[in-house]
Amino acid sequence: MRAYLNGNEAVAAAVRLARAEVVAAYPITPQSTIVEKIAEYIADGSMEADYIRVESEHAALAACYGSAVTGTRVFTATSSQGLAYMFEMLPYVSGCRVPMVMAVANRGLAAPWTIWADHQDAIACRDTGWIQLYVETAQEALDTCLQAYKIAAHPEVLTPVMVCLDGYVLSHTEEIVDVPDQEAVDRFLPPYRPEYSVDTQRPYVFGVGAGPDLYPAFKYYQQQAMLRAKEVIKEVDREFQAHFQRSYGGLVDPYYCHDAAVVLVVMGATAGTAREVVDYLRRQGEAVGLLRLRSFRPFPVEDLRAALTRARVVAVLDRDCSFGYEGVLATEIKAALAGLPVQPQVAGFIGGLGGRDISQEDLAGIFRHCLEAVRRQDRGEKQVINGDWQK
Amino acid sequence: MVKIKELPDVELVQGSYACAGCGGILAVRMALKVLGPETVIVTTPSCLLGVTTFYPQLAFKVPCVNVTFPSTAAAVSGVVAGLKCRGKKGVRVVGLAGDGGTVDIGLQALSGAIERGDNFIFICYDNEAYMNTGVQRSGATPLGARTTTTPVGSVGRGEERPKKDMLGIVAAHNIPYAATASIGYPQDYLTKVQKAMQVEGPAYIQVLSPCPPGWGYPSELTVKLARLAVQTGQWPLAEYENGRLTVKEIAHRRPLRDYLAPQARFAHLPG
Ligand code: SF4
Repeated sequence: MRAYLNGNEAVAAAVRLARAEVVAAYPITPQSTIVEKIAEYIADGSMEADYIRVESEHAALAACYGSAVTGTRVFTATSSQGLAYMFEMLPYVSGCRVPMVMAVANRGLAAPWTIWADHQDAIACRDTGWIQLYVETAQEALDTCLQAYKIAAHPEVLTPVMVCLDGYVLSHTEEIVDVPDQEAVDRFLPPYRPEYSVDTQRPYVFGVGAGPDLYPAFKYYQQQAMLRAKEVIKEVDREFQAHFQRSYGGLVDPYYCHDAAVVLVVMGATAGTAREVVDYLRRQGEAVGLLRLRSFRPFPVEDLRAALTRARVVAVLDRDCSFGYEGVLATEIKAALAGLPVQPQVAGFIGGLGGRDISQEDLAGIFRHCLEAVRRQDRGEKQVINGDWQK
Repeated sequence: MVKIKELPDVELVQGSYACAGCGGILAVRMALKVLGPETVIVTTPSCLLGVTTFYPQLAFKVPCVNVTFPSTAAAVSGVVAGLKCRGKKGVRVVGLAGDGGTVDIGLQALSGAIERGDNFIFICYDNEAYMNTGVQRSGATPLGARTTTTPVGSVGRGEERPKKDMLGIVAAHNIPYAATASIGYPQDYLTKVQKAMQVEGPAYIQVLSPCPPGWGYPSELTVKLARLAVQTGQWPLAEYENGRLTVKEIAHRRPLRDYLAPQARFAHLPG
């Protein structure tokens, strides 16, 4: 069925289709309409789930955790300060290897207080052991939520997944979305039945303590699972394609990368604008390409290397900043490309903070700047675009 | 009324690393004898977790869900909802937290869960300070008590504020059942646990659980002090039921000195 949905409605539709059984939620802009929509579904009887109206985001994740260990499929959503408030629970859930899906409608962190999009909230949670997938469209938000349930519960992964969608640009902007049939989704996503769950006949402990002798082993297995997730994310995407004839390439989504001298790397909805700019510059004969990073954790080092080896300059646009250094993605891409026999130069840009629009002109400017650097054979200096934050 | 003699021999918590004379582990052990094996406990980093669930140890013979310090009651709500989804009826969900995890950092989540009316029992084993981290004061520390964050010195005179009235706070939520208890009065305590089991909706029990290293007394005095707290009027045995508060009468009140004198945490108080 084709429907006119915004990103948040697409996520809600996916959660219903995934037959989530327990939803624990606390409102925060721009996520709120996801959990409002789910509440409506439950109220009108079109979705059968327990809705826990918690008193905070911290409690939302704790309730999801408590519910998930009983063997239920759970969902929550948040943004910005709410995600920051959940922070303590994030490694708890991932360390306990509890699969669940959380939508993050990305938004900048205060102060200054803001409700608009950037990636600082989710990026700040980079090392909490959650898989992070960034989507470009409402359609992809829906599809990725369905994929995420499968990835999270894969027996060799057992790791929670954040599906990140840019606030407003995706969360509140409508597009035509193909909403799959329930039967088709049921075939793709069977009910969640974990091997271990709360059971008075088999009394397990969930969330054990571990001393210095054993703690590292738990962390080692967690790291192995995350590395394994790279392949699983791709497998699930292929499987999804077989069921629904749509694919997002798994970990990375390259666009004209094969022969580009300058490749721009972005995450999230900016990719839509960037595609237009690539098309425009290609028509002008410029060898430019785009690489959309879909999976930020696990970080797809191999796929990035494969897609970027031909580039002379890799421009990285961060919607975040690691204060005192640079954009986080820029650092990560540099690290991923280090050690290649022929290394492209990496030029980091920071833009779109706190909802500042990233225009076609901004992106064309980055491309031109880097094409110029290729001609001059220098690095292409790092800078801040579309802000007053010029050096 | 629980008959102590009729309680089962079987232990549902066994093999813990608790200090000798720990009132907290005694409170949990006793409660589980009444709660029985069809119980899921939800705990939080605390002495209780520290002494019962360090991998591969499992002192509980019932499923145990550990969660972050502020979130015991929120995770309880999740377990309750999850068991309902799984169609598992007749399993009791019991939150267990110390006083810090209840009256301080855990208060918001507890308030939320009570207000939602979820069906659970919350037992606070109250040892009147953060014992697991080395005896820092909590909102449940009584006036005058010496702790490592309310030390006694040329200026400091121990805890400066009276103990938080948690029963009053919980009762203000219109909770169906709430009570205070003491491990020194097992029959009273266990009868309250039994009553809590029969309640539809949330039930709260705060049980005084003396702590030898934290309070500074020899291990064998735990039960005696738990009784003296009641007999000297320091720890009223109260029950809040159907909107009414009742407090157990004390026939022969003992002098306060009897309770304070054996405890190092009150040693600085004038005799
Ligand atoms: S420190 Fe106190 S509460 Fe903790 S285990 Fe020892 S006696 Fe029990």
